[in-house]
Amino acid sequence: MIAIVDYGVGNLASVQKALAAVGGEAVLTREPALLASADAIVLPGVGNFGHCSREFHRFGLAEPLRTARACGVPLLGICVGMQMLFAGSEEDAGAPGLGFLPGMVVQMRSSADLRVPQIGWNALHLSGAHPWLAETRDGDHFYFVHSYVPVAETNVLATVEYGGARCAVAGSEGILGVQFHPEKSGANGLRLLRAFVRATRVAAAA
Amino acid sequence: MTLSKRIIPCLDVRNGTVVKSVRFVDTRDVGDAIEMARRYDREGADELVFLDINASHERRRTMVEFASRVADQLFIPFTVGGGIDSADLAGEILRVGADKVAVNSGAVRNAAIITEIASRYGSQACVLSIDARKSASGWEVVIDGGRVPTGRDVIAWACEGAERGAGEILLNSIDHDGTKLGFDVALTGAVALAVSVPVIASGGASAASDFVRLFRETGAAAGLAASIFHYGEHGIAEIKRALAAAGVPVRPPERPLEGATT
Repeated sequence: MIAIVDYGVGNLASVQKALAAVGGEAVLTREPALLASADAIVLPGVGNFGHCSREFHRFGLAEPLRTARACGVPLLGICVGMQMLFAGSEEDAGAPGLGFLPGMVVQMRSSADLRVPQIGWNALHLSGAHPWLAETRDGDHFYFVHSYVPVAETNVLATVEYGGARCAVAGSEGILGVQFHPEKSGANGLRLLRAFVRATRVAAAA
Repeated sequence: MTLSKRIIPCLDVRNGTVVKSVRFVDTRDVGDAIEMARRYDREGADELVFLDINASHERRRTMVEFASRVADQLFIPFTVGGGIDSADLAGEILRVGADKVAVNSGAVRNAAIITEIASRYGSQACVLSIDARKSASGWEVVIDGGRVPTGRDVIAWACEGAERGAGEILLNSIDHDGTKLGFDVALTGAVALAVSVPVIASGGASAASDFVRLFRETGAAAGLAASIFHYGEHGIAEIKRALAAAGVPVRPPERPLEGATT
């Protein structure tokens, strides 16, 4: 069973429906016990960083996530959920992230040439390999909606060009953060989610 | 490579059926909404907009059910609009899988709804839809399907909407709607210069060259159209090829997903 962390706001049904479309059975939950028993965990992209961080602590989710990470349970962060994998964000300096990936989340500044938020389809430039990106190709387009972006110290697997090269995918073994919305990125997004679902099965069987 | 310009088919939906209006009057049936949406997805639509034009008291329930059905089958972003007059209704539509809601007349009557939706669900979820008509001094906001003039200036309203939290402006030219004159480049250019959020141009597109002109001459992020897609006059792929040839960044055709499930 895949657990989608339910922060209590926003569009979580899309992630659940997209996982279902590639054969992944997922439940929405904020129960620490359910997280602890999940075969894989998705941190979806809703709300703002501070809200997510506070909900994590209010519902006691940070601890089971740390345990899951330590045990190698596959972990996928989407948009704000990806940003939560880092240490913290300019969006809310008082709210800690999970610190699974080294780096901080910063605001993108709008200018005459750059509208913020970035809303729309943009191409990935792959710079690293990861099993869940096995079917993703350099230049594949994904759907982005964000005003903040991580500055990852290491582990950058793909960038996107938006006022410079921005971190679009970061991760290491068993963990992946994507700044875009795979659940809204058509076939390219479903391919990535399918690779994640397959990894889940392998991890559950091990 | 950079952010792609978006091509967005718009579907006017009544009881699950797509209808097409001409200059906001006279509607005719076009086909099943979900089927058409799936076709547009396959053809390369970057996003979809569904406007519910059901006037019955059942509309609240039907809008939410419809959005849920769309989200079961479509994995590209979509917006639902038409008569949304409360943040609660917006929340119900977003919760079942819509990415954005579009507010129009409801926001003119009560501008606080923009702030409420944006603060609860994020600016990216709130599209301010504006119907604009040429006036002596510029463009005037009209509401209720183009019937009621408001005396408000379109540019001022777009700026206020963005300030209140709207994440995008969907700008429809009443003067060009249904005319096949092409997008209203003067209107779109003026609004895109005035606001820093993305502007979606709507009304009047009848050929691929209309999209090329829109993106060459204005700061629009997206072009929206209905009838040229519905009747298969000009496919999305053809429009994207014309844009790419003109040097406009577009999302290329995607590789189909081999074997839909694991």
